[in-house]
Amino acid sequence: MTNSIEEIAKADFILAIGTNTTESHPIISLQVKKARRNGSTLVVADPRRTAIAELADVHMQLKSGSDIALLNGMAHVIISEELWDKDFVANRTEDFEALKDTVARYTPEYAAEITGIPAQTIKEVARGYAQAPSATILYTMGITQHICGTHNVFAVANLAMLCGQIGKPSSGVNPLRGQNNVQGACDMGALPNVYTGYQAVTVEDHRVKFAKAWNVSELPAQPGLTVGDMLEGASNGSVKAMYIMGENPVLSDPDANHVVHALQKLDFLVVQDIFLTETAALADVVLPAASFAEKEGTFSNTERRVQRVRKAIDPVGDSKADWQIICNVATAMNYPMRYASPAEIFDEVASVTPSYAGISYARLDKEGIQWPCPNEEHPGTTYLHKDKFVRGLGKFNPVEYIPPAEQPDREYPLLLSTGRRHFHYHTGTMTQRTGALEVHYGTEYLEINPDDACAINISDGDMVRLTSRRGQVEVKVKLTDVVPQGLVFTSFHFPAVAINKLTNPVRDPISKIPELKVCSVKLEKA
Amino acid sequence: MAELITLTINNLQVSVPKGTKVLDAARQAGIFIPTFCHDPELTRFGACRMCIVEIPGMRNLPASCVTEATEGMVVHTDSPAVIEARQTILELMLANHPMDCLTCGKNGDCSLQDYAYMYGVKTDFFQGEKHNFPLEDDNPFIVRDMNKCILCGKCVRACAEIQGNNIVEFAYRGFDAKVTPAMDMPLSGSECVFCGNCVAVCPVGALQEKVLRTTVRTWEVKKVKTTCPYCGTGCNFELNVKDNKVVGITSCDGDVNGRALCVKGRFGYGFIHHPERLTSPLIKKDGQLVEASWEEAIDLVAQKLSDAKKQFGPDALAVLSSARCTNEENYLMQKLTRAVFGTNNIDHCARL
Repeated sequence: MTNSIEEIAKADFILAIGTNTTESHPIISLQVKKARRNGSTLVVADPRRTAIAELADVHMQLKSGSDIALLNGMAHVIISEELWDKDFVANRTEDFEALKDTVARYTPEYAAEITGIPAQTIKEVARGYAQAPSATILYTMGITQHICGTHNVFAVANLAMLCGQIGKPSSGVNPLRGQNNVQGACDMGALPNVYTGYQAVTVEDHRVKFAKAWNVSELPAQPGLTVGDMLEGASNGSVKAMYIMGENPVLSDPDANHVVHALQKLDFLVVQDIFLTETAALADVVLPAASFAEKEGTFSNTERRVQRVRKAIDPVGDSKADWQIICNVATAMNYPMRYASPAEIFDEVASVTPSYAGISYARLDKEGIQWPCPNEEHPGTTYLHKDKFVRGLGKFNPVEYIPPAEQPDREYPLLLSTGRRHFHYHTGTMTQRTGALEVHYGTEYLEINPDDACAINISDGDMVRLTSRRGQVEVKVKLTDVVPQGLVFTSFHFPAVAINKLTNPVRDPISKIPELKVCSVKLEKA
Repeated sequence: MAELITLTINNLQVSVPKGTKVLDAARQAGIFIPTFCHDPELTRFGACRMCIVEIPGMRNLPASCVTEATEGMVVHTDSPAVIEARQTILELMLANHPMDCLTCGKNGDCSLQDYAYMYGVKTDFFQGEKHNFPLEDDNPFIVRDMNKCILCGKCVRACAEIQGNNIVEFAYRGFDAKVTPAMDMPLSGSECVFCGNCVAVCPVGALQEKVLRTTVRTWEVKKVKTTCPYCGTGCNFELNVKDNKVVGITSCDGDVNGRALCVKGRFGYGFIHHPERLTSPLIKKDGQLVEASWEEAIDLVAQKLSDAKKQFGPDALAVLSSARCTNEENYLMQKLTRAVFGTNNIDHCARL
């Protein structure tokens, strides 16, 4: 997030696009509701009529994957009606002309044709966004999990820069991150191309610095493989051994049958987790890890706030904290890795990471700190890009609409989208074992529009077989107008409804994110 | 700077910004005034009357939570008239309250109990009708006992003003008044999302966490402030621990969330002690995962990874780190991958 969570409540205009905030980020949605109660305008763009869409002044029920057409259409209106922030564009950005050229084609009428949203609505929303004293854009995987996910984000950023709605309180580009420490895992360099704090592995100075800090002669310069490429490598034999910590790709990744096949082809697989997940069951060695309640550490949240995780109980059984297990593996591979405590590891992180340099456990014991925090006196940063962007001038990256990789056809006439439910989380490893959440919400269902159900003669509660080009699952249907005609939706929380057997592994060429939000399917009574 | 005014509370001169309520002025000066219905995060309600004070010149004893402090005002927070009025309020509350403190889950963490003790109020002063509402415990999260409700309305305001859902409201009149979802349905028959933010503000035993309050006494737990393991919002809460077990989760003042939590954060902790937790390393032998020692498991991992590296090169190794684990663990995982394995093949599920 470029802004802080609490700033959402003070935004005059909120555009929530591709985020089912009330279910996936319930506490962030409280800020949206607060803004709404205080008179802010809320516009939700989502193919589904989600709970947050119900709260909105305007629900733009766009066709799946048509976000760029919508955002470019808004930019078109803003430019043609002279509503853009000329000072901001002149002083803070570059390549405005390129954006202007690209969006010229995206008249509201053209955007309406692609998105299914009336041209008049696009115009009104564009004006509202551009003219609001402060306007924030919230998004999640509805924007990113497309073959054009990166371009979708560019389109969002273009709009924010065009209107100067970034770099000030309550105005910015705010991806709401879906996992407790997905921000931190990225910050810590658990990515194939960067060390901590996004220091690229391709830059020699960075390699030299880390080689010195880690006491090794050299470090690899070539960026590594992303998850999808690793699984592809496992499948084609170029990756021989994998070490998986606290992840369950068998249920979370697209085309699950292929994932299982790939992991089975490995010479050696070690999985470290708190439960014997569907992925751990395939492993040659399973290492039992301690849960969050059993160890010290820090998580970094979606607003870049580093916060303490504190040990409340001893590790269950003979499990160990992940950091201790990693140290043991390293040491057994003749690289002695010993730390007295996570605090000592954190100090090492701070010493090699400029954005974390001023953060320490002593400070975190008082309150969480938002990076960048370059030194011990620095209070942390509530919102980013105040006077300049990281690269200096903000660059407009004009992007063109492309349709999703799979379109409905005669054989697979419906579109499937996937996401989360309020009462569950990710692959359900934790929430299916709480004695409460799974008691309350124990069976997953497929949302289908009553008109579609009627056309194929199925009723509420019927068991159906849902099939894509890659796999099939059986699931109960729920007739609801939350989904429009032509779209069905379910979650990936339930092993019994392993929906990622069906999803399309085709990926965004830049970020390598899979298009989990759109694939074509057919449905028949089971 | 707002204009300051000065008033006298219990012979103490207190200066506060104009517009400050008497209750807040007193608390700022370290003077205690009891409250049931007041909450700094919620709109002022002025209903329970526990916070009454004596202000010479005023006709009655005003509720300090809704009375604005004025220049030169004189306030007595514990005069005989105030004490007597508070005692009567408590006697009226206790006249229609199940006196089951012995077994109540909120015993030791109950404002009604605290104030009754403080003001020496015992049961049975007023004899009269008592409620006999059925206990509502048909959901796995929250138990509602409307017999214990003192109608402070905090849950109503928390649902409306913190959660923004307006699930519960006052219904019926007079003695029959109670807090309920629409049509007097149970929570399970309403649109309630079971965030439990009403439970977090309830000053008595009317709303209780189902498992926590039947597992431990309030004074038996050690509370450890930590950060939620679910979504990326980063809510803080307190793990309630007894005998090396997490027995529940309660709100604290979180940096991001205040006291608000969602159903997963507040009630989704049962996995910690689930019997299926992995408690020993496992090694696959003849197609079966069998228990092994740490030494054996780590040695095997180190040997197999070293062999693969030696035979096929560092890039034949790949690592998935975890968006669920701590910063420190992710840092070490990429250090292991890059410095020891010698490859940049590390990623995690940021895209999923």
